[in-house]
Amino acid sequence: MKYILMMNTMKAGQGIPNWAVNDLQAHIAFMMNLNKDLRSSGELVSAEGLSFPDQARLVRAGKNGVPITDGVFPESKEFLAGFWIVDVDTPERAYAIAARASAAPGPGGAPLNMPIEVRPVMSAPPPEMM
Amino acid sequence: MTRAWDATSEQLLRELAPQVLGTVARRFRDFVSAEDAVQEAMIAAFLQWPEEGIPENPRGWLIQVASRRMTDHVRSEIARREREAVVAQEAEIVVPTVDIESDMDPDDTLILLFMCCHPALTSSSAIALTLRAVGGLTTAEIANAFLVPEPTMAQRISRAKQSIQESGVPFRLPSPQERAQHLPAVLHVLYLIFNEGYVSSTGAHLQRLDLAREAIRLMRYTKKMIPDSAEVAGLLALMLLTDARRAARSGPSEELIPLDKQDRTLWDRAGISEGVGVLTEALSKGSVGMYQLQAAIAAVHDEAARAEDTDWAQILALYELLKRLSPSPVVTLNHAIAAAMVHGPSKGLELLRALDSDSRFGGHYRLAAVRAHLFEMIGDDKAAIEHYRMAATRTTSIPEQNYLMTQAARLEENPDGSGKNHPRIR
Repeated sequence: MKYILMMNTMKAGQGIPNWAVNDLQAHIAFMMNLNKDLRSSGELVSAEGLSFPDQARLVRAGKNGVPITDGVFPESKEFLAGFWIVDVDTPERAYAIAARASAAPGPGGAPLNMPIEVRPVMSAPPPEMM
Repeated sequence: MTRAWDATSEQLLRELAPQVLGTVARRFRDFVSAEDAVQEAMIAAFLQWPEEGIPENPRGWLIQVASRRMTDHVRSEIARREREAVVAQEAEIVVPTVDIESDMDPDDTLILLFMCCHPALTSSSAIALTLRAVGGLTTAEIANAFLVPEPTMAQRISRAKQSIQESGVPFRLPSPQERAQHLPAVLHVLYLIFNEGYVSSTGAHLQRLDLAREAIRLMRYTKKMIPDSAEVAGLLALMLLTDARRAARSGPSEELIPLDKQDRTLWDRAGISEGVGVLTEALSKGSVGMYQLQAAIAAVHDEAARAEDTDWAQILALYELLKRLSPSPVVTLNHAIAAAMVHGPSKGLELLRALDSDSRFGGHYRLAAVRAHLFEMIGDDKAAIEHYRMAATRTTSIPEQNYLMTQAARLEENPDGSGKNHPRIR
């Protein structure tokens, strides 16, 4: 069963660009390690980090389908910072991975305890016979 | 001397894979590396044989290529250990000579099947390893079938082998006692492979490997090797009888077609009669099990020329047996459907109440979906629409969700059609 784990930051960027070098490195190493472990456990389908909201554009179709873009979002808005798609045996395993990601270290090495939204990825019809 | 590669060659190559693995694993006494070496030999054969023709002795060719890989592996292992200042002799590494024709055991495929479906493994790793080591599939094909990246699948297989090694499973045929004890795990893995193929064999996934056919192939082999087990035959019958309805199961835009709405002329008559034959043989062995009962239920459906000819009383009786023999929420649910068809929807709704207290199943979409159908049968459109929508928000399957939302919309727009729909069983 596949799940998407969506990591939201509280505020745009959550101040990461302003962290101390050590904190930043610890955070990056933590995330690299998490991905490495998911790869070696045979559970990782994909993992992507997303750009800061500065690069985000809201797009709508205008007349004749021409794209109309809108940018610059308020700093208070919650943003999707990145996501993992994992293929695991139980939902509990997906929650455990999410909890680990949530506890990524922040300033001073304290766990960030970020909210991670976990949702099943829609699939083909489930087994019916038993 | 070579033969030309044709449509049957791939099948031949796949059947050779576990035999070759058995020989190489026994000779080098190293299942983990032998499995990798055979995989490399298989890939080499897939690349070379279609171009250059099939060698005169295909098994010998595969054993030789795999053994060469093993020897390379052993040599580099010796070099590594020497670097670590361990005397090579102490490491007990033996490089055997390659003798093609001896050292072949007809039971090898069965030994591998029991190893790969070992209860120490999680289902997903047992499935992946079985498809590669016993089914002779490549990692890429398996990864594609499960829609995960190839390195992820390779890792899953490699970890499965590590678990087997760590739990010290020997490379030999299990004793009759171990065999009886582990057979349910083997059948469960084959059942899951079939199910995965069964649910993914519609439109968009047609380019994926046909796991249902692969499961049937492995199941036929298992039955040949264990002819005395009624449950082995029962599971093969269940697969054949279910797979026979494949062509009628989905419509042109991949929409699900429930059993009572299927065009039964599309059902595969040959598959049905083979399944019924295997089932009859299984039932004559005297010990009834859950796979035989499910196969018997599938056979009753398959034998009805029209949905309204279905012998629901017999299906109900079979579900009552199944409920006693191997109770589960899904069995309770299907039993309630059969009871509704025999004794009316109120009876079905009454039986479903037992599932509300089940912590894992109480909120399951299928419970809501079956309730929706039963409310529709009674003529309570409002409750039916509510339950169809509840089920639609809870399912994790897109075709299922489309089906359920369409049912709710249909009832909302055309309440006159109520009461005519049967509970959906596929």
